[in-house]
Amino acid sequence: MAKINMLQAINSALDITLEEHDNAVVFGEDVGIFGGVFRATSHLQEKYGRDRCFNTPLVEQGIIGFANGLAAQGSIAIAEIQFADYIFPAFDQIVNETAKFRYRSGNEFNVGSLVIRTPYGGGIAGGLYHSQSPEAYFAHTPGVKIVVPRNAYQAKGLLLAALKEPDPVIFFEPKRLYRASVGEVPDGSYELPIGKAEIVKNGEQVTVLAWGAQMEIIEKAVEMAEEDGISCEIIDLRTITPWDYETVVQSVLKTGRLVINHEAPLSCGFGSEIAATIQEKCFLYLESPIMRVCGPDTPFPLIHEKEYMPDHLKTYEAIKRSANY
Amino acid sequence: MLNPNNVTVSVVNQPHFIENGALEIPMYQVLDEQGNVIEGAEVPDIDKETALKIFDTMQFVRVLDDRMIAAQRQGRISFYMQCLGEEAAITASAAALGDTDMIMSQYREHAALHYRGFKLDQFMNQMFSNELDLGKGRQMPIHYGTKELHFATVSSPLATQIPQATGYAYGQKLAGKKECTLCYFGEGAASEGDFHAGMNMAAVHKVPCIFFCRNNGYAISTPASEQFAGDGIASRGLGYGMKTIRVDGSDALAVYHATQLARKTAVEDNAPVLIESCAYRLGGHSTSDDPTGYRTKDEEKQFGASDPLVKFKHWLEQKGWLDAQDEQVKLAQLRKEILAAVKVAEVIDKPAFEEMFTDVYAEMTPHLLEQMNELKAHIKKYPEAYPVTSGRID
Ligand SMILES: Cc1ncc(C[n+]2csc(CCOP(=O)(O)OP(=O)(O)O)c2C)c(N)n1
Ligand SMILES: [Mg+2]
Repeated sequence: MAKINMLQAINSALDITLEEHDNAVVFGEDVGIFGGVFRATSHLQEKYGRDRCFNTPLVEQGIIGFANGLAAQGSIAIAEIQFADYIFPAFDQIVNETAKFRYRSGNEFNVGSLVIRTPYGGGIAGGLYHSQSPEAYFAHTPGVKIVVPRNAYQAKGLLLAALKEPDPVIFFEPKRLYRASVGEVPDGSYELPIGKAEIVKNGEQVTVLAWGAQMEIIEKAVEMAEEDGISCEIIDLRTITPWDYETVVQSVLKTGRLVINHEAPLSCGFGSEIAATIQEKCFLYLESPIMRVCGPDTPFPLIHEKEYMPDHLKTYEAIKRSANY
Repeated sequence: MLNPNNVTVSVVNQPHFIENGALEIPMYQVLDEQGNVIEGAEVPDIDKETALKIFDTMQFVRVLDDRMIAAQRQGRISFYMQCLGEEAAITASAAALGDTDMIMSQYREHAALHYRGFKLDQFMNQMFSNELDLGKGRQMPIHYGTKELHFATVSSPLATQIPQATGYAYGQKLAGKKECTLCYFGEGAASEGDFHAGMNMAAVHKVPCIFFCRNNGYAISTPASEQFAGDGIASRGLGYGMKTIRVDGSDALAVYHATQLARKTAVEDNAPVLIESCAYRLGGHSTSDDPTGYRTKDEEKQFGASDPLVKFKHWLEQKGWLDAQDEQVKLAQLRKEILAAVKVAEVIDKPAFEEMFTDVYAEMTPHLLEQMNELKAHIKKYPEAYPVTSGRID
């Protein structure tokens, strides 16, 4: 057990996988000798050679197309997209290929051994194209799983589980926490469950839900709300697809109130899906409308980044509104 | 024999594979390492005024880059990208265009923008995201753009401008204007699918577009040898059925001449041209990058020997067009002006709060208006948490 950051935790998960499986391959832009622009793949090429960890040409549709083929062949394909903002050239390969490989072939073929890792999210002065949180586009696509870790420990355990998962996974990494999130992480292999939310804190009056980098934001907001005497339950969704509505439903049946927080724009964000499902399943138990604290429906602006972010203050206000409705 | 695509091809009766490397594409060069005209080289027709403007622009970006990298280190701006080693390629190509020809750039081409007339304070306003920035502070530093100077706003997603340049040029042709579009991109970006799409469509639809590939040897840490297996980008132009040339990108005269000729083809024959310009990226990819992680100092030194500014300066001095004394004074003056401009730009107000919501659509939708008003009320409640805008909300 050592105190390491999220990048080191991810690096360790990749290292373990390459060590355990001769057919595991790590590839993407700049992931080779340089170890990736964030250094998540540091030393992997040195250790496992150029056949197992390499730079690709600069072409995301190629990276994911290649990954689909490699996974279909039976290898463990671990593809990095340098920023989630640059995943869109690969949209067709993911939405029409990755997600439908198994279904369209009647389960003759699948790309279950594919994991796409990509850093997402704002708060790093990245402006329009180094800040986006595109999970909802992919959540609208049946056939691909989506996982988002909130800290170093979660990142390693969830990534190792994603790599064992029989379905393709997009693993969104909160880049603002890459170095900021430091914690105790076991040296060896361990897995955390895919498709399971986690109740991070028990509470009675309001359920507050987020995932990834927004977890520390809602935790801060809940601290403020609890000083006002509002007891909150905090849930980390962890997996977007398939999301663990059971855990959320159980919580809302108890609290009667739900506040959802995500960085992506409000409209058609994954919060909309959660809100729709929860009102169906908990309608008679709801004490207030389900509230969403999200990015506004604008592109991600550089200079107004603070204003854009669904921060702890906006979340705190929403919790109060929910409690006092 | 006729091909299915209606082209006559000759027939051979032995299986004849063409080896990779069988097609050698030479590099056009006018100046040698020192800046002397190589014997027998075709020198472009260039007047003193243009030559000096090219030199001044190269000098300007060299100093600007140096100062802004320092400013980034001091934490005054968040990010910067320089064009060290590529000044001639970018400036001389822009100089060969008409004033109203369109430029679609990647991000490392601010020299072309300055050549067009973008002023020092305009560069600063963008980098400091202040309210005078034409982009309203929305994009990261160096994402310039101005309609007035026919320079499309930079977009970070790579290669997207390539098919857009094809479409823009098609519009120019349709409008019957004797204009063209010049599209800059890196050898890394040329790996994207958009490159193929843009190049093929340009050739098929015969558009007046110059595709200017800056092959600088690297895409962040990835060397060209891991980017493609051929000898460069030029050979691809021929595959698309496009006129193609490879030039020494550290040679302002060669670049100027090649682009002049390419423009003639584009505008007079309505045909696209590919220029592969080769000049090593002497600096880091950006201020977020440290090249010591992937290349040696020796390698940098080897390529650094061919400084585009030194070469062009030598040629200008030989022509008697440049006075070394004057240059020293001008350089000192320029450094002072840049420092002063930084100080001015960094204290200008940031863009108004409302600009976060404008321009998403031509007219703000009711939905956005509501979100804007809610956010405004929130900021009023917590003014100290939003220092950029709280003082400016009524
Ligand atoms: C679609 C997309 N993928 C990845 C990136 C990240 N990125 C920014 S610059 C760059 C390298 C570009 O290299 P090249 O085209 O050779 O231009 P140079 O930087 O050498 O001028 C990369 C990978 C991006 N901006 N857009
Ligand atoms: Mg390059």
